[in-house]
Amino acid sequence: MAVEEKEMPWVGRSVKRKEDDRFVRGGGNYLDDIRLPNMLHMAILRSPFAHARIEAIDTSAAEAVGGVVAVVTGELLAQHKLAWMPTLSGDTQAVLATDKVRFQGQEVACVVATDPYVAHDALELIDVEYEPLPVIVDPKKAVEDGAPVIRDDKEDQKDNRIYHWEAGDKASTDRAFSEAEVVVALDTHYPRSHPAPLECCGCIADVNPATSKTTIYMTSQAPHAIRTVFALVTGLPEQNIQIISPDIGGGFGNKVPVYPGYVVATAASLLIGQPVKWIEDRTGNLASTGFARDFHMHGELALKRDGTMLGLRVGMLSDQGYAYADAQPSKFKAGLFHVVTGSYDMPAAHVVTDGAYTNKAPGGVAYRCSFRITEASFLIERLVQNAAYELGMEPVELRRKNFVRPEQFPYTSVTGFVYDSGEYAKALDVALEKSGYEQLRAEQERLRAEGRLLGIGVASFTEAVGAGPSRDYDILGIKMFDSAELRIHPTGKAILKLGVKSQGQGHETTFAQIVAGELGIPPEDVTVQEGDTDNTPYGLGTYASRSTPTGGAATAVVARKIREKAKQIAAHTLEVSADDLEWEGDRFYVKGAPEQAATIQDIAFAAYTNHPQGMEAGLEGVTYYDPPNLTYPFGTYVVAVEVDAQTGEWKVRKVVAVDDCGVRINPMIVEGQIMGGLTEGFAMSAMQQITFDEDGNCMGSNFIDYLLPTAWETPAFELHATVTPSPHHPIGAKGVGESATVGSPAAFANAVVDALAHLGVRNIDMPLTSGKVWEAMQQARSS
Amino acid sequence: MFPRSFDYLAPESLDDALSMLAEHGEDAKVLAGGQSLIPLMKLRFAAPDYIIDINRITGLGSVHENGSLSVGALVRTHDIERSELIRRRYPAMAAAAPLISDPLVRNLGTVVGSLCHADPQGDWASVMLAMNADIVCRNGAAERRIPVSEFVQGPFTTTLDPTEIATEVDIPDPGADTFGTYMKLERKVGDFASVGVAVHLSFDGRKVERAGIGLTAVGPANIKATEAEQLLAGAELDGGTIARAADLCAEAADPHSDLRGSADYKRAMVRVFVSRALNAAAAGKAA
Ligand SMILES: Cc1cc2nc3c(=O)[nH]c(=O)nc-3n(C[C@H](O)[C@H](O)[C@H](O)COP(=O)(O)OP(=O)(O)OC[C@H]3O[C@@H](n4cnc5c(N)ncnc54)[C@H](O)[C@@H]3O)c2cc1C
Repeated sequence: MAVEEKEMPWVGRSVKRKEDDRFVRGGGNYLDDIRLPNMLHMAILRSPFAHARIEAIDTSAAEAVGGVVAVVTGELLAQHKLAWMPTLSGDTQAVLATDKVRFQGQEVACVVATDPYVAHDALELIDVEYEPLPVIVDPKKAVEDGAPVIRDDKEDQKDNRIYHWEAGDKASTDRAFSEAEVVVALDTHYPRSHPAPLECCGCIADVNPATSKTTIYMTSQAPHAIRTVFALVTGLPEQNIQIISPDIGGGFGNKVPVYPGYVVATAASLLIGQPVKWIEDRTGNLASTGFARDFHMHGELALKRDGTMLGLRVGMLSDQGYAYADAQPSKFKAGLFHVVTGSYDMPAAHVVTDGAYTNKAPGGVAYRCSFRITEASFLIERLVQNAAYELGMEPVELRRKNFVRPEQFPYTSVTGFVYDSGEYAKALDVALEKSGYEQLRAEQERLRAEGRLLGIGVASFTEAVGAGPSRDYDILGIKMFDSAELRIHPTGKAILKLGVKSQGQGHETTFAQIVAGELGIPPEDVTVQEGDTDNTPYGLGTYASRSTPTGGAATAVVARKIREKAKQIAAHTLEVSADDLEWEGDRFYVKGAPEQAATIQDIAFAAYTNHPQGMEAGLEGVTYYDPPNLTYPFGTYVVAVEVDAQTGEWKVRKVVAVDDCGVRINPMIVEGQIMGGLTEGFAMSAMQQITFDEDGNCMGSNFIDYLLPTAWETPAFELHATVTPSPHHPIGAKGVGESATVGSPAAFANAVVDALAHLGVRNIDMPLTSGKVWEAMQQARSS
Repeated sequence: MFPRSFDYLAPESLDDALSMLAEHGEDAKVLAGGQSLIPLMKLRFAAPDYIIDINRITGLGSVHENGSLSVGALVRTHDIERSELIRRRYPAMAAAAPLISDPLVRNLGTVVGSLCHADPQGDWASVMLAMNADIVCRNGAAERRIPVSEFVQGPFTTTLDPTEIATEVDIPDPGADTFGTYMKLERKVGDFASVGVAVHLSFDGRKVERAGIGLTAVGPANIKATEAEQLLAGAELDGGTIARAADLCAEAADPHSDLRGSADYKRAMVRVFVSRALNAAAAGKAA
């Protein structure tokens, strides 16, 4: 008989999301819902040019408009040493341009007014004289000798190169290639995309002139880190800064960095003495805030004829725009891109990465991915499919032959990762069976004979998420631990305060379930508080699938500490020795006398009313959790598409996703994350890109050009799970928020390429628009 | 959205609207469904001093036949999508309506407004070119009829006077035996066309009596494929004729390359869609 939902343990139960009640009733509290007394409104003037010298800015006409309180320019900020600010990668970025504008959409001036309409009207009256300069949009051209230097504001910068970073070992990789019987190469561009959260960025800065207390309501995924950065940038004492992230309408990495609007609004509030609200519009969001990807990748895989992988060689040039503004661990210049050996037992690998400045918006953030893992996963999974064609092998058999095997874990990869656990072949097998893979292949044969194009694409991805162990992971020097503070109230209810910050991931439910699992306090009795730096312990925030691996682990650990204390209290109230007590779900009972028991609620009451002499009263604790390792979720996705041989359009027939993220705390929430990620993976492969013309005009700055899929075109997803617990996480969980964005683009691209593989097609860069698919077919037919 | 400030006028009769327009001329814009005008105002690409909202004027909202089909200036795309009369008698219109954007836009956007807006990616102009429709306009008390083929001039340009209001689009009787369709290549549901093809045929027995073909998004304005229309008039739909007509349409197209695809691709898609449409018509005849 099936276990009744209500008898199931709390961890593993699809509890309905506690937060949805307020969201579905329109009762959320988003940034733009907040209105403070005497609040002013700020609007940003952006550069129409991608590269130009600013000759003069005349703000007099704008200042004369009734209702305009201030017009802020870079020159004014420079007087306060605020014209430039650090990025999260240790580079600098202009708050408001002083010398030059370096991308189209760059912030040039701000108007602060009593009304947002007035602010926008006044923007039009600011007269900026620009002297256009040559524009560089191609990173390959940017790094050529003699290219105009974009960051001439930086004294030591003599070219457009940002970083050069290598991982793995060149000598052993060269050896592997010299021994190879087959070498397969792939050049591909992972296009610039954008997280495009439905809520754009914004803030309300409220500097109280009487107390100097600075409260900033902000759409931030990482409020604590932002507070510290603000203290460092502005010189304000950190105890006077309070960052409050209210409900956030999606982040996906876009809301990790510090943006110019935040800084100007704060400076304006400080100077004016009134709260200043800045709400970004869609074009501002798409054209100026953290983009993602934009990696030009070259991969080579060395194999034996029998399919054994010998080595991997990767070269990558990253188009960073005009500032290196990734939010990523400082030790790794191209994020965790070097996890590019993927799910395979690769004897040798050498990864060479370079970053280049171009006249584009700065970035790039990890859009729903753990620091550039998306690009890595895409490259290896595309390469493996092409290698299979070259070898005449079935692509899934080539994968299976080279998977890291279960007995090899913990597995140290040649680029320096220690994979915690995995059963890659098992996930693959489930995916093959559930998708009817063999039948699909047979159908493909049959349809090809009729001239119809069915393609089947597979991706067997592995991620490295949950940064991170402090020995390797920090952002601007701040170690990437995370924290939990748990307070049990006398009535047995609890509040859990975390350093991470939900943007829709369901933290209020998932983390309450962890508490419930450890202490037996039902999730509805546990309030989860996040986002207010005055009222939560320090943490690095939510991105890179890190909340459950770090904040979730901290929650379990702090709950266990509290359980230990609860045991002492129970021993006192039950008048037995603590050694005679046994824990069961939500109570301690006396061994051999189960009717003598104290529930967690009894114990909580006693902690404040009848605690043992010599023990501190109360039942609460704080934990800072430094994970011993990353977690390594994995899975296999199978996608089948049919391509229209005349138009190049493709329709998804089937998507089967098998995810292994270890123990699933709330399977429904996990599935929601996977469906969202698959939707975004589909979008990136099918339709999304931000391109620029040769003058640096951004061609993706609204939703007519930058496409978001709707329920109409998004395919149906069939989800399955295998469960391989993380051996080092307190409850065996791994991160999952990004698995599907990381793993699925290659599966979609592989499927479309597979449909045309018999024609000789080996690559179509994302997005695989019908036009590009058609061109690929034309070329194949004519060659 | 933060448009520039403007005065909002809401006349209750066509005469009032026309006199307001006569007074303000180029400083005023007529507001019908607002689905093109308001996005332009949001971007401040359009910044009229006066908005003349015609939505309160009675008598502009009907679709009726009286020798020809009259579609009034306030008939929404949604009305066309739901009309039984249109489904029965004007299949090209019925096919186009649900392919225009999403229900929110269709509930407000008007057919006539789409023609006045003259976006080369607009779908209605191609349908109306294929159906040989006329636009009826009023300027003060004066009324004139303009064939859609002359009305639409170039991107966002028509022969409409700044003081004129288009009151209806008038579509000739298609006859009893007709075929019509609209085919649209889009990047996602609700997208503007990468390529669109409207085909309308009136038959006399097995022979095509009159053919109309309009092309969307493959030129500076919607294109009427007159050579293909002439080839088809009086012909039977055999394989050779269909291929020739499709070629003529591809030649009539004048697309440019962009992120949606190369000019070659778009031209090829015109050929594919025209031949798919004509083959469907031929199959209907054969059945
Ligand atoms: C998101 C989105 C997607 C869209 N997708 C498509 C699509 O796929 N295909 C497509 O064809 N269209 C599309 N449209 C445009 C839509 O169909 C518009 O509704 C239509 O083009 C204009 O009709 P309207 O009634 O909204 O006109 P309005 O926006 O009110 O007016 C447009 C212009 O025509 C003028 N005008 C309107 N009516 C008259 C009149 N009676 N006399 C004189 N001048 C007049 C106005 O002054 C204005 O200059 C889309 C619009 C949006 C917002």
